[in-house]
Amino acid sequence: MIGFFIQRILQAILVIVAMSVIVFVGVYAIGNPIDVMIDPASDQALRAALIQRYGFDKSLVEQYFIFMGNMLRGDLGESFIYRLPVMGLIFSRLPATLELAISAMLIATLLGIPLGLWAGYKPDAISSKFIMGLSVLGFSVPTFWVGLLLIMAFAVELGWLPSGGRGPVTDIFGMKLSIDSMEGLSYIILPAFNLALFKLGLLIRLTRSGTVEVMSSDYVRFARAQGLSEGKVVGLHVLKNISIPIVTIFGLELGSTLAFAVVTETVFNWPGMGKLIIDSITVLDRPVMVAYLILVVFLFVLINLVVDLIYGQLDPRIRVKAAS
Amino acid sequence: MSLAPETRWGRLAAFWSDYRQSPVALAALIIIVSVVLMAILAPLVAPQDPYNQSTLDLFDARLPPGEIGSGGYVHWLGTDAAGRDVFSAILYGLRTSLIVGVLAGTFALVLGGVVGLIAAYYGGRTEAVIMRIIDLQLSLPAILLALVLVAMLGQGLPQLVTALTLAQYAYFARTTHGAASAERGKDYIEAALSTPLPARQVLFRHLLPNALPPLIVVATVQVANSIALEATLSFLGLGLPLTQPSLGSLISNGFQFLLSGRYWISIYPGIALMLTVVAINLVGDQVRYVLNPRRSR
Repeated sequence: MIGFFIQRILQAILVIVAMSVIVFVGVYAIGNPIDVMIDPASDQALRAALIQRYGFDKSLVEQYFIFMGNMLRGDLGESFIYRLPVMGLIFSRLPATLELAISAMLIATLLGIPLGLWAGYKPDAISSKFIMGLSVLGFSVPTFWVGLLLIMAFAVELGWLPSGGRGPVTDIFGMKLSIDSMEGLSYIILPAFNLALFKLGLLIRLTRSGTVEVMSSDYVRFARAQGLSEGKVVGLHVLKNISIPIVTIFGLELGSTLAFAVVTETVFNWPGMGKLIIDSITVLDRPVMVAYLILVVFLFVLINLVVDLIYGQLDPRIRVKAAS
Repeated sequence: MSLAPETRWGRLAAFWSDYRQSPVALAALIIIVSVVLMAILAPLVAPQDPYNQSTLDLFDARLPPGEIGSGGYVHWLGTDAAGRDVFSAILYGLRTSLIVGVLAGTFALVLGGVVGLIAAYYGGRTEAVIMRIIDLQLSLPAILLALVLVAMLGQGLPQLVTALTLAQYAYFARTTHGAASAERGKDYIEAALSTPLPARQVLFRHLLPNALPPLIVVATVQVANSIALEATLSFLGLGLPLTQPSLGSLISNGFQFLLSGRYWISIYPGIALMLTVVAINLVGDQVRYVLNPRRSR
């Protein structure tokens, strides 16, 4: 068991190191950041001084090791554009993205599981067909396009909700959040729903296929034979048995929600991490790009590692196969 | 499918008679065929060449749908800020979107197929290392990978296709590997291996054709995904420039006018995008359903 843990953790570290090399080399290849930072007409002395200051005269390998060394000490460098430490910049944007992602996950769960249960419970009903049609739309139609439609319907035509931005925020435990006030909430509804759509489609499908399978099983038939009410059969037996795969997918999807937030944040002008990375790609703000990408890779590897370890705990077969 | 069809045509006919059972899937197929035809015939169908500057007139800018412009014909879907006929722009945009989608889908199919086959065929350490990398890549969302790759490679059609291919080949590798390892253990492959046939021949003549059906399904869906991804990247300003517009760049171009009520500049290209992507997905769903051997008949 301990061997399995150590093996997986070593693998995760290896992956992070490999990805950091790829990201660093890839971003390094984009272009010369010095041309972005200063006016091309400025004199050579200033140029040389800046090149020296940021260490662009060193070799790629040297720059990589300096970067990694600084990163381990919690220093991710300084943004070329904002002239601020990248770490602080990213963390100042983190609450907005987290708030958006968590709201989206909540919407997806609270709508997706009941809808999926219904579609699996009555697979031939018209309403179920309708729900499944919606789920196909949910994950085949591009997110940004649905966002546009939402803005057009609810902000432009009906005028019920704001079309973008974040609105007022309140300080809660040192984080600036907007879910605290009614006005703040009105700003988050559309982007959160937009971000939720993909997960919603996925959850409906997962819940439905699980329900269909469980409904025909012996223990459901037995529970009915016992005279349990339908509500109890579904709520107790079905829901319990389909919950394990759903929880797994849910955990894995949290990471991808953070990634998809890039699109939603751009559409709704939401000042989160995703908006930051898009802005920094367009202006070639190299330190922000590298830091963001390494942070995201780290998050993903961490989530996968946790899921792997929990699975290994639950299912001995995986453990044995991995160790051999 | 009561009698077992022997010939290739027989199998195709059986597939078709199963496929057309679903009216939705049939409608989706008709939509795809007409979309592709309109894209191919764009120069003949479009009332205007939207990227020939000399045919554009700024007096025609932002006309609502149905108005007659200075060209003397009706702009059924309105015009954009440069006086471009939106309908013509959509037809030309469809061309770019479809080319990107099909190219990226095909390249990803070839790359992923070869990687998956190699892993399944050689097994052991090779398989373990390859599949570990594939799994890792699959755990990262395609949009993120595409974003990073586009940022690294720069703008332009070849760069975009490369980025989309690399972001998506892992799905094909996983599917091919799954199907091919199941086939690998069967007797006919063992038999082929025991003959002095070269490995290449066994791989491509025996293993590949039998691992193909699930790949076809993934391929249809991935083409739709490539189109959607490309549109997303273009919308974010990282895809194709407006001189070579796809549906995504058209939508992005019209986005700024949406809030002032000039909805048609981005909504109509968006509808075209949605129709295309959803139709391809519906066809993929039906193909998967028909090809599924465990389906109850």
